Amino acid sequence: MRQLAQLLKAGEISSQELVQRCLEQISKTDGEINAFITVDEQGALEQAAQSDERRAKGQTLSPWDGIPVAIKDNISTLGLRTTCGSRFLRNYRPVYDATVVERLQGAGLPILGKTNLDEFAMGSSTEYSAFGVTKNPYDTSRVAGGSSGGSAAAVAAGQAPWALGTDTGGSIRQPASFCGVVGLKPTYGRVSRYGVVALAPSLDQVGPMARTVEDAAILFSLIAGADPRDATSTGSPPFALPRWDPEVVRGLRVGVPEEFFSSGLHAEVEGAVRRALRRLEEQGAVLQPISLAGNEYAIDTYLTLVTAEASSCLARFDGVRYGERVPAADSNTMFAKSRGAGFGPEVKRRIMLGTYVLSASHYEAYYEQAQRVRTLIKLEVARAFEQVDVLITPTTPSTAFRIGEKRNPLEMYLSDLYTATANLSGVCALSLPCGWDSQGLPIGLQIMGNHFQEELVFQVARVVEASVERGAKGAV
Amino acid sequence: MQYDVVIGLEIHVALLTDSKFLCSCSTAFGAPPNTQCCPVCLGLPGALPVVNEKAVEYAVKAGLALNCQVHHFSRFDRKNYFYPDLPKAYQITQDTYPLCTNGCLEYYVDDQLQRTAITRLHLEEEAGKLIHSGSSIVDSEYSLVDYNRAGIPLIEIVTAPDITSPRQARLFLEQLRLVMRYIGVSDVKMEEGSLRCDANISLKPQGSPILGTKVEIKNLNSFRALERALEYEVSRQSMVLDRGGKIKQESRTWDERAGKTLPMRSKGDAPDYRYFPEPDLPPLLLDPLWVEQIRASLPELPLERLARLEREYGLSRYEATFLVNYPDFGELFLELAVPGGDNTAVINLLMGEYAGLAREHGHLEPRRIAELLRIVDEGLITHGQSKAVLEELFHSVLSPREIVRAKGWEVLRDEGQLRAAIRQVLADHPEILARYRAGEEKLWGFFMGQVMRAVEGKADPKLVNRLLTEELGSLI
Repeated sequence: MRQLAQLLKAGEISSQELVQRCLEQISKTDGEINAFITVDEQGALEQAAQSDERRAKGQTLSPWDGIPVAIKDNISTLGLRTTCGSRFLRNYRPVYDATVVERLQGAGLPILGKTNLDEFAMGSSTEYSAFGVTKNPYDTSRVAGGSSGGSAAAVAAGQAPWALGTDTGGSIRQPASFCGVVGLKPTYGRVSRYGVVALAPSLDQVGPMARTVEDAAILFSLIAGADPRDATSTGSPPFALPRWDPEVVRGLRVGVPEEFFSSGLHAEVEGAVRRALRRLEEQGAVLQPISLAGNEYAIDTYLTLVTAEASSCLARFDGVRYGERVPAADSNTMFAKSRGAGFGPEVKRRIMLGTYVLSASHYEAYYEQAQRVRTLIKLEVARAFEQVDVLITPTTPSTAFRIGEKRNPLEMYLSDLYTATANLSGVCALSLPCGWDSQGLPIGLQIMGNHFQEELVFQVARVVEASVERGAKGAV
Repeated sequence: MQYDVVIGLEIHVALLTDSKFLCSCSTAFGAPPNTQCCPVCLGLPGALPVVNEKAVEYAVKAGLALNCQVHHFSRFDRKNYFYPDLPKAYQITQDTYPLCTNGCLEYYVDDQLQRTAITRLHLEEEAGKLIHSGSSIVDSEYSLVDYNRAGIPLIEIVTAPDITSPRQARLFLEQLRLVMRYIGVSDVKMEEGSLRCDANISLKPQGSPILGTKVEIKNLNSFRALERALEYEVSRQSMVLDRGGKIKQESRTWDERAGKTLPMRSKGDAPDYRYFPEPDLPPLLLDPLWVEQIRASLPELPLERLARLEREYGLSRYEATFLVNYPDFGELFLELAVPGGDNTAVINLLMGEYAGLAREHGHLEPRRIAELLRIVDEGLITHGQSKAVLEELFHSVLSPREIVRAKGWEVLRDEGQLRAAIRQVLADHPEILARYRAGEEKLWGFFMGQVMRAVEGKADPKLVNRLLTEELGSLI
């Protein structure tokens, strides 16, 4: 991205050319990949033209002015349809911009379009989108991961230099891992959620996805910091791009939670992660085995809370003011019919589960119990960060699976096995490629940092990145 | 059989903040439909609530005025239910940890001081307003929704079942309204819906410690409706119980025209609101110092004022109650009256002619009223003339003295002139004079009237009285 910024500054390339190249790549590859739900060709070119004008007048908004970006389609964009991957919202055009979109536009980034996702971000493969599955650019018979599969694939396929995703239980990191890109789930509250269509407000975060650690850090610096319109972001500091320092790993205490290397983890994934750990050790890091026993309960806890919150957040999709309305004789039937027709099967499943766990007779056994376990997980993670500076784990138990391979929802839920703990405890976590399996598929490594420790996580990630050999086989 | 009546009230008070509870839209009443809304109060996907500090301040004020314990930690919860006027399909309210608990309100019932316990007081958001195409929801082809009202801050006040008669319920509510008006947190207009009340009522055999089955009454749109509906329920429930029947636990609606309550929904149909903590809002933490500042800023409350008016200004209960119930008159009185002095003239003026005129035209400036009282006291005009001056004051910019001068209303003091007028009257009515002298003493009044008319009422009646006596005496 520094190179692109240099080229733009030197006048060797214009923002319009840059956008044009992305659009060409999209038109060449997206018929196959299906990373985008909406490509805003005209809008992106107009914004690029404005950027070029600003540059000509020496009035650029940031060093990154003119570098286009893709936005996950559950983030509101004024006038540009925001479907959330749902039939229900296939014609929904927001009347306002999300704070993160405002901030990116404030930095001069043209918006290429809106990327595919599992319906309302519920899923780990983008197979649950009403707009078709997103395919993995490394192997189009495989999934790109999810729910931010569109953003991950767009970056991996060179359709967009970088993109925004959202992460509730692993929805940035798992597709980043599957598509060989870098993705950060920021500390809860560090990035405004205003304008991001909620899946589970107590867990959702917006984060950057990019090809390199530095690019992800740059994009993060453009969106981070408190927003008066999001009460859960109060007090969050902004983020400035750090001076990169490879020495940061000298003496760094790296926690290696044994529960994340247990059965179910593919040998090749484990091998790549352990190799990366060894290289860190060689550079002076102190590896420290640690136990996060609570992780065993992370998925159950996560699902209980996500379904509960989602059942409430999605209740507003009733066909009254927007969304697809199915007419009926009375309002309750109209709600029911509209929702029946608008939502896909995974969304319905989670709404039913969530309604169940919140119902008066089951609240204590499920929702309240899950909140208690969440508190224990938070405490355990907090204790871990008293002993170590970062935690390093695999991002996912396996590399990208085949489209249609996981038919059982429970199996799909296990994709978040290593990622949900960061959301439950609110800490930040980043995934970056740390190697390739024998089939040439990227393997992801996760670095977790304490609350607001994004800078340290990026620093460590940058060292890991430098020590990993590039893949034998590139993306399409 | 004789029954004890047990009544508890649930009251909603719309707070008089300039902007809404969770967004910055205006709360002004009467604007064209749907002109005061935004993504937040429309519940658009992605929009987030932010608590209006003024609403919290007003709620704390109300809590303190109702002698509540104000909690430094309280929390918001979601109450989930579908209704077209509820844009998010959940209401942000406070369930488990309300802002205030354990208060009470004192008020007079027939000179008897009564106290009703306040169980809790909490903050919540208002729903939109449905406008039915027909005369009611049942016979309407469609309904329109006005979201101007959606998101206005409300406090819900719940009393203990301490109230023992329909009349007491009404007096309680009137006192509550008065307190809210004194502290200035609401305009508490039942007809505009800024004060609403639901009532719970049950009967039990006289003296029995066991509570009967309660019935909830809704749609009480006036103080009269509250009292009448409760009276109706007392007789309905008595009749059912007398016949050996059982009261059904249900919600009933008050039909104003029919003068009866009608069943709405039974307990079995009661919705499960699936309350859970609002993830979009952090807990509400109050600075104890701030709460104490609000306590210190509370104005004099109705009962305190009643006592002061009786004690320091020598007013009767009747007079003091008038001033307390009409705080604008109360304020005016306190400006005009003197503690420890004789305030008869002031209170008589305010409760007499002035009250009617002020209700029609609005209040006069206190200094003009004070001047009017002074010139009567000084004898510049008579008490009778003061009424004319008073009327004139409502239509004139002149001061009372200026009006008197302009109209030539000064009291006639010239004894010679008055004697001349008296002699003329006596001379004009020789027959009546003869009858008077023959012993018809009641004709005295006739002469008084004629003389006053002759001087256009400008004479001091006492003076005329004396002179008339002398003149008649001199004739004998």
